[in-house]
Amino acid sequence: MINLQNVSKSFGLTFVLNDINLKISTGQFTTIIGPNGSGKTTLLRIISGLLTPNTGTVTINGINTATHAYDTRHLIGVISHQSFLYENLTAFENLLFYARLYGINDINSRIKFVLDTVNLSKHQNILISTFSHGMKQKLSIARSILHNPPIILCDEPYTGLDQNSSDNLTRLLQSITYSGNTVVMVTHNLNKVIKLSDQLIVLHKGKIETNEPIADKTLETLIKEYDEITTR
Amino acid sequence: MTNYLKQNNKLAYMTICSFLLILISVYMILIYAPQEIIMGDVQRIFYYHVASGWIGALAFFITLIASVLFLITKHEKYDLVAMSSAEIGVVFISMNIISGSIWARPVWNTWWTWDPRLTTATIMWLLYIAYLFLHTGLENHHRRAHITSVYGIVAFVSVPLTFAAIRIWRTIHPVVIGSSDPNAEGQFDMTPEMTTTLLFTVATFTVLYCTLIWHRIRIQQMQISLSKIYSHEIGN
Amino acid sequence: MMKSPQDNTTTKFWQSSLAIIWKDWKIELRKKSLLSSMLIFSLMIVLIFTFALDLDKSARENVAIGILWVTFVFAATLGLNQTIALENENSTLDGILLSPIDQTSILVGKFISTFIFVTIIEAFVMPIYYILFEIPLFSPKLIVVILLGTFGYTLVGTLLATIAMRTQYREIILPILLFPVATPIIISAVQCSNKILSGASWNQMSGPFNLLIVYDIIFVGIAIMTFDHLIKE
Repeated sequence: MINLQNVSKSFGLTFVLNDINLKISTGQFTTIIGPNGSGKTTLLRIISGLLTPNTGTVTINGINTATHAYDTRHLIGVISHQSFLYENLTAFENLLFYARLYGINDINSRIKFVLDTVNLSKHQNILISTFSHGMKQKLSIARSILHNPPIILCDEPYTGLDQNSSDNLTRLLQSITYSGNTVVMVTHNLNKVIKLSDQLIVLHKGKIETNEPIADKTLETLIKEYDEITTR
Repeated sequence: MTNYLKQNNKLAYMTICSFLLILISVYMILIYAPQEIIMGDVQRIFYYHVASGWIGALAFFITLIASVLFLITKHEKYDLVAMSSAEIGVVFISMNIISGSIWARPVWNTWWTWDPRLTTATIMWLLYIAYLFLHTGLENHHRRAHITSVYGIVAFVSVPLTFAAIRIWRTIHPVVIGSSDPNAEGQFDMTPEMTTTLLFTVATFTVLYCTLIWHRIRIQQMQISLSKIYSHEIGN
Repeated sequence: MMKSPQDNTTTKFWQSSLAIIWKDWKIELRKKSLLSSMLIFSLMIVLIFTFALDLDKSARENVAIGILWVTFVFAATLGLNQTIALENENSTLDGILLSPIDQTSILVGKFISTFIFVTIIEAFVMPIYYILFEIPLFSPKLIVVILLGTFGYTLVGTLLATIAMRTQYREIILPILLFPVATPIIISAVQCSNKILSGASWNQMSGPFNLLIVYDIIFVGIAIMTFDHLIKE
């Protein structure tokens, strides 16, 4: 379970996040949406431990991310619109590097497994500079699940993907959720993830405006609600 | 200006006090202290030269301490102190280098020479210019405070080296306080009046430093609260 | 046999450092852009100095060590910028920071790979120097001094390149930050080297040599203590 208490973050003088309180339960697919500058990426970076909040605490399964970063980093995998991959390494070498950083025991079989999961085994010895954007995104997903994290954080992963690759990504995310992982998705594109999500959070000007289960709501009603909030 | 000072009586007194002290030090340097026999009146530069050099080193030392404290405590106020102190230090070291150059013209017969002391002082000066430059290159306050603090610590390695330069290398720069090197040109022994004047000038400059840094921190704090009000207005 | 937890963290530290070194080398062996650009750059500097100073034999002997160190410093700066800039592409630094490692191991890994790059370039440049300037460069003492100087320079350089990368000026600012900080190392290394060439004994060169070691130690201390604060926000 991810728990944020009174989290505030300012860059210099402007507050990006203002006193955020949030609980995300295990196994849930949570989508955070909001207009540009609403603080959603900052929120995700704080959960992942890349940013430290000015005030407040973040705990994952009861472990404080600021004081026990080492333990919480094992629990988190991040999929971003940035691939975190080295263009001049092959797919296998990229995964090998990260597997070593995560201290994974049975490296070769684990890499083989994640490459199979994203369907890239055939291309494992090719430099990723020759990969298409969609293939890089797949490998980026393979990288994020390498250490088998129970929590996956996604930061606008659909950016720059064509229809086919987005569908692939959706399918992969679906299989991740089915295996019981917690997913937190940050996006501004609701229709891509509506079917996967359990919970919807609308972030506006650094504050949580709504936090409610999607249940049976249709895309149209959600978009209407969202527009009402953001134009307020 | 008067409004600005009215809000803070102590600072107003200190400002006036340092102004009076400077007047007295000018009197002591020009009239009270005796004329040096060989170099003549140009030797009188020595008092401000040493005092500004001392303040420069003190200012950079304060920057070091404030940087370390910032990294430990993460209080923004230490970042303000470090930055303000470095700014003042650069000004005083500039004064130190310029006054030294003016003195060197008649005594060494040149404005500048690549003597170890002059070289290390220039390096130190450049380092803190780079420090201030680094400050302008970072827009994100929180990140800036971390990064400049690290550089504030790294930069300090030049300060003891500059101080020790005239003592560990052969140099023509005189060592008036402590032992003297036979190679130094412009060496002299201080009379008791000269010592008094020097100590008084150093004390004056220390008071001046405290006043300046107080002003600088206050101005920065006001800037911050002003932009807080401003961004609040924008936010609504 | 059970390992103590202390052992375990040390092993993990070196594992992640080694992973970073391995990765930097893998990329370099494939691209070869860093080593080749450093080498060509070094040769250019030697040539420019030879033409610019119009060196005859006696003048050469006086300035050769100075030019040698200028070459090393410039080549190292080029290398530092590139090894750190490597982590900007696709935000790979974030990828590394997300993994459960001691962040100082990033500094150690980056430092060691840069140090090896620079020493390789030095090993290439020195024979060329020997041919062009006819000065006896291959004494063990001189090699120790060169290694110590390179050590301190690349270490503080790795630290400052990380700073430079986080500013808006990126590569431009590294020399401005680095040259004045590294001057004490360069000064003492040049003095040591000159003394060695003029045939001084250990005793005679102990002053600058001790200074060199002191600065190396100071920079190790500062780098290890501050890198953590630098890398995270």
